[in-house]
Amino acid sequence: MVRPRRRGRARPPWALVPLAGLALAFLVIPFAALLQRVPWSTLADHLSQPVVTEALRLSLVSAFAATALSLIGGVPLAWMLARTDFPGRSLVRALVILPMVLPPVVGGASLLFAFGRRGLLGGPVYDATGFLLPFSIWGVIAANTFVAMPFLVVTVEAGLRSADRRYEDAAATLGAGRWTTFRRITLPMAAPSIVAGAVLCWARALGEFGATVTFAGNLQGRTQTMPLAVFLALESDREAAIALSLVLVAVSLAVLVPLRDRWLAS
Amino acid sequence: MTTTTHRLLGAALCLALGATAACGNDDDDSDAAGPSTTSAESDLEGTITVFAAASLTDAFGEAAEEFMGDHPDVTVELNLAASSALREQILAGAPSDVFASANASNMDQVVETGAAEDPEILVRNALEIVVPAGNPAGVDGLDDFADPDLLIGLCAAEVPCGDFGREALANAGVTPAQDTDEPDVRSLLTKVAEGELDAGIVYRSDVLAAGDTVAGIEIPEDVNVIAGYPIATLTGSGAPEVADAFVEYLLGDEGQAILASWGFDTT
Repeated sequence: MVRPRRRGRARPPWALVPLAGLALAFLVIPFAALLQRVPWSTLADHLSQPVVTEALRLSLVSAFAATALSLIGGVPLAWMLARTDFPGRSLVRALVILPMVLPPVVGGASLLFAFGRRGLLGGPVYDATGFLLPFSIWGVIAANTFVAMPFLVVTVEAGLRSADRRYEDAAATLGAGRWTTFRRITLPMAAPSIVAGAVLCWARALGEFGATVTFAGNLQGRTQTMPLAVFLALESDREAAIALSLVLVAVSLAVLVPLRDRWLAS
Repeated sequence: MTTTTHRLLGAALCLALGATAACGNDDDDSDAAGPSTTSAESDLEGTITVFAAASLTDAFGEAAEEFMGDHPDVTVELNLAASSALREQILAGAPSDVFASANASNMDQVVETGAAEDPEILVRNALEIVVPAGNPAGVDGLDDFADPDLLIGLCAAEVPCGDFGREALANAGVTPAQDTDEPDVRSLLTKVAEGELDAGIVYRSDVLAAGDTVAGIEIPEDVNVIAGYPIATLTGSGAPEVADAFVEYLLGDEGQAILASWGFDTT
């Protein structure tokens, strides 16, 4: 008789181990190299500069705002994609994923054509109200949301698809309305994927560079987020750039490490 | 279904953590070398990578085409970015054969490390105010850069056009109220050409390159800053003969004529 092995603790075929090790080394070595360049003795001085504190504040505010906006619109969108059947659904999904795969600069330029001062929608809004997205924190949030929301939608859709639909059917049989079923059954079951999606979305927004600089510009204290500050610091003060990068790495790890396996595997 | 989730999340994580550099492939590695039609006259062959300031984009594009036309076995690849970014890449050991910087300081730093020797001044370039075609905001001089109601763009202080632009503004006694510090001169030019900014300070050659989409306003000579563009073959070049020949071509009559046609001052 063969005893069933404990799930999830299977020994890998040996051939996989060196390949996995190589892949891991490739991903980790650059960060080790970054750490080795960190100017530890002057780190505190670098990090207390206004350019750093302002960029960090802007990055955190805009990443959280982009995540909140993505949750508000992205969860319903994921539900539509996972639970309803409508013509052209795969086209819609492809359109939703598009910002993930395009160079962010293309996204930023497209945002400008849509919401800029002479943009498709931005033009009439500016003429009527004088409100302008570019060159303001609203522009940074818009760029972050545009690039990061697809990560949430894709993750939540996958979570919804893998959830057992019989619970929803049972709730409906027991007389729950569609909204009650969504709120009491669907959302709690999809919660792990929503958390995972929100974290990925946040992390992507935090690192956003191309769309932000193209759409929102770059001004310290107004639109200069951490990635923009790192990019420009690299051109003038490498130590400051490395110190800034260290902060980004630390903040990202602090959020990603607690992301439990369970959430990724649903 | 779990596998689907894994796959999607894998892709998502890859993009989330790596941005475009790790996962996307937006480098254009396509080899421009056509079938090698051996020319009896040309003894040059090889591929060189030329690191050139963003403002040289169009002029070097044309010069490289002409040079490759003269030497069929030569491929000239251009890496165009802010001079300071190029300097960093060179100092970090990026394979490169020629460096053309938009200011002296970036070239000086490269020369100091021994990565280049004896730079020569390739061209000079004056600054100019750039406004969208038709000048909708009615900008007429550097004084307007202090107007908080206008949307003003400068290059970031870290790149040459931003450095020179601030110098010109200081010469004119103007404290700018800019809305963005663009990371390089071409991104500033694009935002002005799109009408998203009312005015910016760029090089005269950029105004010319942008054609009808923008208009230029001269900056008076007594406050203007003239950039000198040094060029040098890099000591680490893998094809120094080709690199030297390209530099000589640019410094010679043909190269200078191309540069002049793109608005550079070739006196």
